[in-house]
Amino acid sequence: MTDDARGPDTNDRDRDRDRDEPPDLSVLDRYRPLVDDFAAFRGACARPLGYTVRVNPLKTSVERVRRAYDERGVEHEPVVWHDRLLRVATDSPGASWPYVHGWVYPQEEVSALPVLALDPQPGETVLDTCAAPGSKTTQIAAAMDDRGTLVANDRSLGRLAPLRSNAQRLGVTNVIVTNRDARNLSTRPLAVDAVDRTLVDAPCTCEGTVRKNPDALVEWSEEYLHSVADLQRDVLDRAVAATREGGTVVYGTCTFAPEENEAVVDHALSRGDCRLVDVDLPLETDPGVREWRGESFDPAVERCARVYPHRNDTGGFFCAKLEVTG
Amino acid sequence: MSGDDTGGGDSGDGMDDAGGRTDDADALRENVSDQFDRLPATAAEREVAGRATRPEVVDWWVDRFGVSRERFADYTFWEKGAGKVWAFRGASPSPVEVEALGVVFLRTRQEHWKPTTDAVQRFAADATRNVIDLDRGEARRFVAGENQPVDWDGDWGYLIAAHEVAGGRAPIGVGLYVHGELQSMMPKGRRRQFDAPNTPGDAGE
Repeated sequence: MTDDARGPDTNDRDRDRDRDEPPDLSVLDRYRPLVDDFAAFRGACARPLGYTVRVNPLKTSVERVRRAYDERGVEHEPVVWHDRLLRVATDSPGASWPYVHGWVYPQEEVSALPVLALDPQPGETVLDTCAAPGSKTTQIAAAMDDRGTLVANDRSLGRLAPLRSNAQRLGVTNVIVTNRDARNLSTRPLAVDAVDRTLVDAPCTCEGTVRKNPDALVEWSEEYLHSVADLQRDVLDRAVAATREGGTVVYGTCTFAPEENEAVVDHALSRGDCRLVDVDLPLETDPGVREWRGESFDPAVERCARVYPHRNDTGGFFCAKLEVTG
Repeated sequence: MSGDDTGGGDSGDGMDDAGGRTDDADALRENVSDQFDRLPATAAEREVAGRATRPEVVDWWVDRFGVSRERFADYTFWEKGAGKVWAFRGASPSPVEVEALGVVFLRTRQEHWKPTTDAVQRFAADATRNVIDLDRGEARRFVAGENQPVDWDGDWGYLIAAHEVAGGRAPIGVGLYVHGELQSMMPKGRRRQFDAPNTPGDAGE
């Protein structure tokens, strides 16, 4: 669950950005042992992020979106590491013709990373287990050129409405939307082909979204951290089981906590039916951590990618890419 | 029989089964509205009363908007909800209970079939018929959900409302043209007010 995953119409919700005081970042002090230059990390987390939009190639081109913004006097510039992401100088990216036409999806930059890691291809069968409100679903569909079959699932009935409306606005027609618990999800009743790739964009403590949502850490608690980590383990295990041998599972969170990241991946590795492969991301990343609070993980977790806000001036993210072996 | 030239006062979501279908209703099942059922390939294969066939649906788009028939070759069409037809481009799934299959495409089972906003945006960007081009102010009122008088000497009924943006025509949504007025069919969640200060949608006039 990432920045844009907070419910209906979050795309247009601008109130998060009205703030006079910096957010309370004391929760992040627990990561002092992990992060080089912790002061820079903390400093970056305290700075608000501007808006970015991802261009939807199913309906238009980057060039046409830029021209549409030019016509309306909205300044924009491309994100250097992804040619379909544009930084836009507006507080309401949802109130624009490019949005109305389904040409763009307002999405934080780092939120585009897990689908780059997943690398879905036209004609494949792809599963998005925690799909609402649809930023990754629509990005997957774009990478597939709307060909093949995309199963977008979310267990929250209330979040299916934004998922469906975003997918339809972006013109995604190869999607099957389901409402199941991702911990026991199966595509078998759908009678679609074996799943080639699965994305687990897991519910998480969302620490890495604090630059976008200053309230992100307000309700942080160890109790929630551990309960969501249990959920993440079960969802990732199920995702590996639901994917064909040789297929790919990408696990992503927008949080820094190793309990929700490397520990979850380590648990999946211990089951013996998947292995970690390198995540090739187009920006500066740090390797996964092998130890945390007295617990050590499979050394392969160094292949995971951590995205710290101070490295690339983005939000925070974690991403792991697994190959299913059994 | 559908998509004809009379407007009528249909506001869109009313279910009107008096659509001139020729089914022998006695021999057919009733529609079950909470499951996806594939549209029949021919009228002879119709098993559910009042259900549109695939050729009828494709013909309607081709006739009404002049779009290419080939565009729909990869699609299967499904009914879920009374008259609500979905277009899905993917491996044909079993009709289990799923929440959505592709996009909501067309509202049938009413006298005048009605395309959806998302479908005209996705499938009819190059429509050649029944497209009304709106100027800047008209487009802004349309996307806000307002009805407005327009100059139009073409067919009555459901039209594609389009405007010029970034070097080309782009469909905004569906309008119902009757008696000199274009009624905006923009769904509530897709409406936008571009005349508020500091919104990028229509700044800089």
